[in-house]
Amino acid sequence: MEWEVVIGLETHAQLKTKTKIFSGASTAYGAEPNTQACEVSTALPGVLPVLNKEAVECAIKFGLAIGAELPKLSVFSRKNYFYPDLPKGYQISQFELPIVGKGKVTIQVPETKNQPAYEKVIGITRAHLEEDAGKSVHGAVEGMSGIDLNRAGTPLLEIVTEPDMRSAAEAVAYAKKLHELVQWIDICDGNMQEGSFRCDVNVSVRAKGTTELGTRREIKNLNSFKFMQQAIAYETQWQIETLEDGGTIEQATILFNPDTGETKAMRSKEGANDYRYFPDPDLLPLEVTEADKARVQADMPELPLAMKARFESEYALSAYDAIAITSSRAVAGYFVDTINAGGDPKLAANWVMGGITAKLNTEGKSIADSPIDAATLAQLVKRISDGTISNNAGKQVFEAMWTGGLDVDAIIEEKGLKQVSDTGAIEALVNEVLAANQAMVEEYKAGKQKAFNALVGQTMKASKGKANPAQVNQVLKKKLDA
Amino acid sequence: MINQSLKQLSQMLASKEVSSVEMTQTFLDRIKQYNPDINAYITLDEDKSLAQAKAADGILAAGTATPLTGIPMAQKDIFCAKDWRTTCGSKMLETFIAPYDANVITQFNHAGAVNLGKTNMDEFAMGSSNETSYFGCVNNPWDLTRVPGGSSGGSAAAVAGRLCAAATGTDTGGSIRQPASLCGFTGLKPTYGLVSRYGMIAFASSLDQAGPMAKSAEDCALMMNVMAGFDERDSTSLNHPKEDYTSKLNQPLTGLKVGLPKEYFAEGLDTDVAKVIDNAIAEYKKLGAEFVDISLPNAGLSIPVYYVLAPAEASTNLSRYDGVRYGHRAAEYDDLMDMYMKSRAEGFGDEVKRRILIGTYVLSAGYYDAYYLKAQKIRHLIADDFKAAYKKCDIIMGPTVPSTAFKTGEKTDDPVAMYLQDIYTIATNLAGLPGMSIPAGFSKSSDGKDLPVGLQIIGSYFDEARMLNVGHAYQQVTDWHTAMPEGFA
Repeated sequence: MEWEVVIGLETHAQLKTKTKIFSGASTAYGAEPNTQACEVSTALPGVLPVLNKEAVECAIKFGLAIGAELPKLSVFSRKNYFYPDLPKGYQISQFELPIVGKGKVTIQVPETKNQPAYEKVIGITRAHLEEDAGKSVHGAVEGMSGIDLNRAGTPLLEIVTEPDMRSAAEAVAYAKKLHELVQWIDICDGNMQEGSFRCDVNVSVRAKGTTELGTRREIKNLNSFKFMQQAIAYETQWQIETLEDGGTIEQATILFNPDTGETKAMRSKEGANDYRYFPDPDLLPLEVTEADKARVQADMPELPLAMKARFESEYALSAYDAIAITSSRAVAGYFVDTINAGGDPKLAANWVMGGITAKLNTEGKSIADSPIDAATLAQLVKRISDGTISNNAGKQVFEAMWTGGLDVDAIIEEKGLKQVSDTGAIEALVNEVLAANQAMVEEYKAGKQKAFNALVGQTMKASKGKANPAQVNQVLKKKLDA
Repeated sequence: MINQSLKQLSQMLASKEVSSVEMTQTFLDRIKQYNPDINAYITLDEDKSLAQAKAADGILAAGTATPLTGIPMAQKDIFCAKDWRTTCGSKMLETFIAPYDANVITQFNHAGAVNLGKTNMDEFAMGSSNETSYFGCVNNPWDLTRVPGGSSGGSAAAVAGRLCAAATGTDTGGSIRQPASLCGFTGLKPTYGLVSRYGMIAFASSLDQAGPMAKSAEDCALMMNVMAGFDERDSTSLNHPKEDYTSKLNQPLTGLKVGLPKEYFAEGLDTDVAKVIDNAIAEYKKLGAEFVDISLPNAGLSIPVYYVLAPAEASTNLSRYDGVRYGHRAAEYDDLMDMYMKSRAEGFGDEVKRRILIGTYVLSAGYYDAYYLKAQKIRHLIADDFKAAYKKCDIIMGPTVPSTAFKTGEKTDDPVAMYLQDIYTIATNLAGLPGMSIPAGFSKSSDGKDLPVGLQIIGSYFDEARMLNVGHAYQQVTDWHTAMPEGFA
């Protein structure tokens, strides 16, 4: 039997607000334990939550970015359970009425050996605001557990998809797209190591061709795309094998162990919990007005899809190039800066992707770490498009720039890469080549196009690669056809 | 001095007839003398109180005093007060020293009032007799064998016994008005949202409201001027413009339309209490008020609705008392779950546990719709009843409590009988309306004691100034509010 995997994601994106979602305590990462735990964070008797407007704006921004419904009213509810890192004994979240309703995210799934790249639209079910819990710290004091409430009350946007993904590759493509989007609209720093962006992945399998969903298991807290890929692959295989062996899948919360590459069910049974959700009487229903939406919309940067379309029409980039350039706001920004500094758009796109990002990727760095800034890259691009150097020579210049040389013209000079574009000099060369290769000239005149290319090659060779190929072409043609 | 109004006390301070330190010492001495009889205070700290009085004398001398500067007041132990032990009447918080001030405390501090101490109360404000307090029951100054009412029983006994100039209370289902009725003084529960709940330990968040407990309507008006006001730290605080609650005190009542809900005079109302209320109505007619019969058809559902919603909210409001960060933690336990269970089993009393259980039950999957949601719907119907009634009248009157103070221990084994104490007061909390109780006379008990009876005045939203006017007009022509219990003179 052929199997199909069905995947849905729940992502917790930590919002980039200065203070917590229901108090004025700082959200900065890495402070000494409990130094950012005010009376609200520690749930002292009598304290009350006050909603952080900045968090609301982040949620609206996200909703607008995915073309989602933004209901006029949403409600904060209490999710009740006891845990030492949950100071109030309940988490304030949104349950029945979330701030962001249905929307969609378009993903690009990269090509593989068996499949070309393709686009797919992933449905977003909802996104809601909630507060993070604190952290239990074990072992800091011998024989005791400690609680650090610095993180308690940090604002999160939980983004829930429809079960729309059909492979680990699609799930990872979605997660990457979402990761980029929340950074693009500047609501989340995307730092996965610090837990600012973490995914829970629901995986189930079913016989291909059937429509009923299988029983799902939820892989909790994946904080790297690589682990996500591995966890889904392992879990999918495990579920298929279990079913093929005549077993059944039980709903469970599972953890992925990166050391073994395996998934394992947690002890607690999620299904047994009754969170007794009810509207938090300390908070009024949250109203999002048309004016709120308009205000947030006015602050919205151009979104990747719109930017991609614009690059295609305005700069005649190919769809492939436009997608690559808009894969991150930083890369897109770098590209735009390169153009604004005078670089030809198509050439600039080639150099940003084939040069800068390719190099950064192999070094595991981001565009912010690029040793070549956009203005300098634009110099290189200009020298190529104005014919000073050839594209091939450009590669040598680029390598030199990467390792520290930032004066493009100086590098060209030093390496002697300047193209010969002097018509007189090229004519002299061509004359020499024609005189030395009479046989080829005859062949050309007899109608053999190949002979022409050979003559171009000879001329280039004679110029030691420095002659401007377009000019060589032109001069040769003129002489031969005269 | 002890029976003077706040205005008179303020004048005495302003004219230097007495200093705040002397006035505070007078009340502290009375507390020393009488508190052992009535157990009105849980925590006293003479040094702190006198330091505040001394500071107040400085303000008085500087000429920057406001009406409550230097006045010694009692604070219900539900309000967090910085560096004061704040117990909420519970073993759970027996050793909890609040590190911050509740908004109500901040407001009184700004006004220069003196905090005499923290008053006894039913544990987490759950009770109508002050018998659920971990710190012992409070005795009613009018008859020490009887309860003062609750949950603000300590504040009530302190006001009635003149162990403070005035006190604060909170009212979730009648906890200011019922003790005001049973102890014979004036108590006001404001419109929900008028007084900030910040720092007031939560029982049922959508119903809790702080208010003044004092000898007269005029005293309550002066306190409301300090207590009421928008506070951005409480999301349910209402941005209502600041009012001077004394400004309408002396308006004539001519033409005032008073509604009498027939449901508040039906079976269950003690005949002696009914007589006192009838006499008060007669007095109001003399003052020019006109009476109309009205009906609150869903009022009878108040108690069942309240005992779904209040415990539901309470069950989660009290989840934070888990022994992890502060409060009572069991001495020995096997693991985390055992620590939770033992700490909470030891830290909470029976009534609190009962309500946590009820609340947990009604919020549980499968019961939520039938209990919590249904109760919310009826809550709206009850509010609608009042809205309809206010088309026919300006203000509503009736008894505050069906009977007078009962004997300590009389109802402790019958929670439902205890819950019925609040049958006339709960509907206003559910509707968010302001309610007030003023002393209207006495009823002789079977053992020959004169026990106070309260008249309830219910206003429309933000109608506190008019309610205080209605109370004040009555107190200009009667002297029930100046009567003092025997033995406390």
